[in-house]
Amino acid sequence: MALSRDEVEYIAKLARLALDDAALMCYQEQLSKILDYATSLQTVATEDISPAAIIHPLHNVLRDDVPTETLERDATLKNSPVSQNSCFVVPSLRP
Amino acid sequence: MSTLADLTIHEALDLLDSREISAFELTQAVLSRVAATEDRVHAYLNLDAEGALAQAAKADKERLSGLQAALLGIPIAVKDNISTQGIETTCGSKILKGYIPPFDATAIKHLKDAGAVILGKTNQDEFAMGSSTENSGYGVTHNPWNLDRVPGGSSGGSAAAVSVGEALGALGTDTGGSVRQPAAFCGIVGLRPSYGRISRYGLIAFASSLDQIGPLTRDVEDAALLLSVLAGADPRDSTCRPNPVPTYTEGLDTGIKGLRIGIPTDYLAGQGIQPAVAKALKEALACLEEAGAELVELRLPHTQYGIATYYLIATAEASTNLARFDGVRYGIRIAEEGTLEQMYAQTRGQGLGEEVKRRIMLGTYTLSAGYYDAYYIKAQKVRTLIKQDFDQAFEQVDILVGPTTPTTAFKLGEHITDPLQMYLEDIFTIPPALAGIPCMSVPCGFDAEGLPVGLQFMAPPMEEAQLLKAAYAYEKMTRWNKRRPVLC
Repeated sequence: MALSRDEVEYIAKLARLALDDAALMCYQEQLSKILDYATSLQTVATEDISPAAIIHPLHNVLRDDVPTETLERDATLKNSPVSQNSCFVVPSLRP
Repeated sequence: MSTLADLTIHEALDLLDSREISAFELTQAVLSRVAATEDRVHAYLNLDAEGALAQAAKADKERLSGLQAALLGIPIAVKDNISTQGIETTCGSKILKGYIPPFDATAIKHLKDAGAVILGKTNQDEFAMGSSTENSGYGVTHNPWNLDRVPGGSSGGSAAAVSVGEALGALGTDTGGSVRQPAAFCGIVGLRPSYGRISRYGLIAFASSLDQIGPLTRDVEDAALLLSVLAGADPRDSTCRPNPVPTYTEGLDTGIKGLRIGIPTDYLAGQGIQPAVAKALKEALACLEEAGAELVELRLPHTQYGIATYYLIATAEASTNLARFDGVRYGIRIAEEGTLEQMYAQTRGQGLGEEVKRRIMLGTYTLSAGYYDAYYIKAQKVRTLIKQDFDQAFEQVDILVGPTTPTTAFKLGEHITDPLQMYLEDIFTIPPALAGIPCMSVPCGFDAEGLPVGLQFMAPPMEEAQLLKAAYAYEKMTRWNKRRPVLC
């Protein structure tokens, strides 16, 4: 399963990863090799098998709709690279 | 030289309770060991010596005032992907440099409530992605048995610390083998509990259908002790199961006479098992039989598909879980130019390491339009088959036993340029993780170079008591866990 350069660039764009040429070339080769290995699964018969989204019996977990302890705002915002007036600050959406 | 730092947790508790030693002395002994060995081992990313001594002094006062708690005054290390209030938590990643969690993970709260002394945070593969701790953003950890070898991973710092006496016990996390494999490589005990047995609130997520927190200790009794403290339902983790928590240390010594032990033949043939590992396994099985267990050979026919299944599912989950590291709420930001979206890509491109980016790329691809059914859903279906293998096996037997890893600790740098070869190291630890069953590694011998070998026990879901009982019986007969490394 060989990935093309365009495909690898597109995946990096979807994943929001800025990668240089050397990294793109390296991942193109390595991901192709890993996907080749993964094609072994195609030989397994799974027609009537349900996918295992989670491994133990699923059940709803509910709680009473009452406020509980929450994180302290200033301590939480302290971890942000840039914050102002109790808000996270980000660059402009448009150039 | 053997010191208080070499005690097991239960030995130390006996001495503390009889007032023969103080928690302060115990913590000092561990910190002295750190001072003597850490420059060669590099198990810690962040050691809180001052905080640990203060906690130890507090534990001594509490003991004098009559307080009883399961781990009162015991120095414990914590893997760096588990949130510790006020102590930097980076997951071994540059992208989280400087992150100070404003809260404790539930597992940490349980440790503190039980009176444990938190020593600091241990090295790991970045975001727990790796089998050697070489993928840390902050340097490699060395195996105390041979400093040119890896300690295993991703909980390599925790395993090395416990092995060399830089902690009496430690927390690690296991997604596909990251507690058991480093335990095997470092000659200690590592337990991965059932999916949902220990709360993951505050564990920074890698692959949510697989991640589990587990203890690394010097013997099985200590693993049982830590599990009793850590296990139990948590309103903050809806995947955590409500089953009552037994006192796992009780009934450990009831023996294994009549226990039916399954030997998966798929864990023996053609999996690149080194002769020393095969020999140690053979001897271990003879030992279990001698103790009165009945050995039954059986098949786990989908074992060979475990690694491919795991790497498709875990990377898909990682690609979504790690989307939160975007330079906005925590960690570093790299915004050399441009827009919000360019800031995201620059921060992630430079802040995340090679292996993490590789796995995010793979997961993004397999979840993308046109490939979702062929890769992700297919892998989930094969996961069902792998779980069914175990369900059927446990209709015939009580416990399964096999090697933890096909090889002993490999050399630093040996697999770093070939990610697929590194993934193949996890062949025996991945299937039980996919099935969500409890499993643990116990020392079972050494190879010709003096490197430890691990024996893996596996039990049906939520049957940790049975698992620990079998491992305890084996350990008592062999005592491989009593050997400690001598750094040179």
